[in-house]
Amino acid sequence: MKYFAQSLLKTIPVLFLITLIVFILVRVTGDPVSLMISETATDEERKALRESLGYNDPIYIQYFDYMGDLVKGDFGDSHRYETDALNLVIERLPATIELAIASMVIAIIMSVPLGILSAIKRNSFLDLFVTGGAVLGKAMPNFWLGIMLILFLAVNIEVFPVSGRGTFLHLVLPSIALGTGIAAEMTRLIRSSMLEILGQDFIRTARSKGLREAMVVNRHAFRNALIPVVTIMALQTSTLIGGTLITETVFAWPGIGQLLIQAVNLRDMAVVQAAVFIIAIFVILSNLTADLVYRLLDPRIKYD
Amino acid sequence: MENLTESMDAVPERKESLIKKMVYQLFKSKTGTIGLVIVIFVSLVAVFAPALAMHDPAETDAVNRLLPPFWLDGGSTEYLLGTDNLGRDVLSRIIYGSRVSLLVGISAVLLAGLIGIIFGLIAGYYGKTWDFIIMRTVDSFLAIPNILFMLIILAVLGPSLVTLILVLGGTTWVVYARMVRSETLSVKERDYVRSARAIGAKNFRIIVKYVLPNVISSFIVIATLNVASTIILEASLSFLGLGIQPPDVSWGLMLSDGREYIATSWWVATFPGLAITLTVLGVIFLGDWLRDVLDPKIKD
Repeated sequence: MKYFAQSLLKTIPVLFLITLIVFILVRVTGDPVSLMISETATDEERKALRESLGYNDPIYIQYFDYMGDLVKGDFGDSHRYETDALNLVIERLPATIELAIASMVIAIIMSVPLGILSAIKRNSFLDLFVTGGAVLGKAMPNFWLGIMLILFLAVNIEVFPVSGRGTFLHLVLPSIALGTGIAAEMTRLIRSSMLEILGQDFIRTARSKGLREAMVVNRHAFRNALIPVVTIMALQTSTLIGGTLITETVFAWPGIGQLLIQAVNLRDMAVVQAAVFIIAIFVILSNLTADLVYRLLDPRIKYD
Repeated sequence: MENLTESMDAVPERKESLIKKMVYQLFKSKTGTIGLVIVIFVSLVAVFAPALAMHDPAETDAVNRLLPPFWLDGGSTEYLLGTDNLGRDVLSRIIYGSRVSLLVGISAVLLAGLIGIIFGLIAGYYGKTWDFIIMRTVDSFLAIPNILFMLIILAVLGPSLVTLILVLGGTTWVVYARMVRSETLSVKERDYVRSARAIGAKNFRIIVKYVLPNVISSFIVIATLNVASTIILEASLSFLGLGIQPPDVSWGLMLSDGREYIATSWWVATFPGLAITLTVLGVIFLGDWLRDVLDPKIKD
């Protein structure tokens, strides 16, 4: 618990730095007023808006105001939807989490058996096929895979809907598109982690005392290989969340990613900031959780 | 004395044999050879694009919109891989698209590498406060997906080719900074650096003469592999409308047209995607081979 509290404390400078970077980018390099007001506005209107938003104050006062608003969760209103930006983002959160979890499940279903099998049958045809597939999965942009899935499974054979969210069928193609890239990376790492463990002394001992191979693999090797796999999964959260941004756009999936990309295109800065913050906090929290699980799985790691 | 001249002679010979060994290992490694061939091929296509393309990539042809590839009914050998929604030649656009992919991929990686090497050297060599500030910044960049920073910057500055390179370079430098820092920390304590300092060598000289050469091989390996991920990122951002803007041509941009017409015209989205996959595959193969040859200690 003490460790958890410490880790939480460590995330504060990270969040602080993110706010600073966003602040510098939005307030100092760009002219936020011109992003908020229509292009036909008169100079007086611009001046009035500038004054009312406090942009004539010294820069450090602006920063304190900005931080004060952030702590209260006030990112301002979206000028597109004319409603509170944070609420807009939070409404979209369930859809993104649903997609992220489904993709992770698919990645695990694909990578765990393939990673283990290719390690056991090292240098076999299957191994070659799996490692080759993993490289291909890494080289293929996941949004292109998404488009190809739409082509084959929604257009040519009309099994799945082309886009949108609603039924279980809607979830299948986007999560395969997103899950495959992650599965490629995980398969490779599970394979190398299994290979390392299979070469160790206690495996030789287990074999030499006459255990069945299935027992050796399941009980001795896989359980130990699981530990690095959890870390790998945690490292993939960032990739996963980054991937939802583009996958949501390909499949018109109504999550945070789609909202964020639209907001960036429309220069809707309140929404951009709120979405970036929520995603950042989400990623940091899931990394922290994975770190804890990792430590629970492997008691050899000290809490220091 | 004899031993000394022998060991001095041995130095250039070892260098020559390293190159020989590299070439030998390249042709021994099938994937390395394939990677090199693909990368050379794509580079040649990019360089000679005007000579290779049969059409101007931006030239529209209202009569021949969404024409299929030549081997299908209704296709024409005039447009080998068909045309897109504005009647532009898909093959010519793929040929020209290689220029943007390589240009953005390589220049963003060089920029990121330059920033990363400078900050990594400062953090590792001077330590203390500098190290603290730089490494906390690196942690923050690593804590959240790169693409978020890119989106914020693009939202403020608006998309263009130069912004894209700056954004990609300015957000991916942390990997190099970390690598250079840890290499610097270990090199700094070696005897030859200590003796250089003892005879009065300046910091700058030590960095250039002793630290940089030790960093360079790891750098080449990581940079090559990062060209692959940068090419994908460029395509992703262009696909989202935040990267390359029309009338410039990019594979990612072609995919976004292709996504819209996927129900009727599969070729518009299929071929640019194949081009990206092939190019990235080539770069990954080349990078893996470089890692095996130059720097066997880095794994994954």
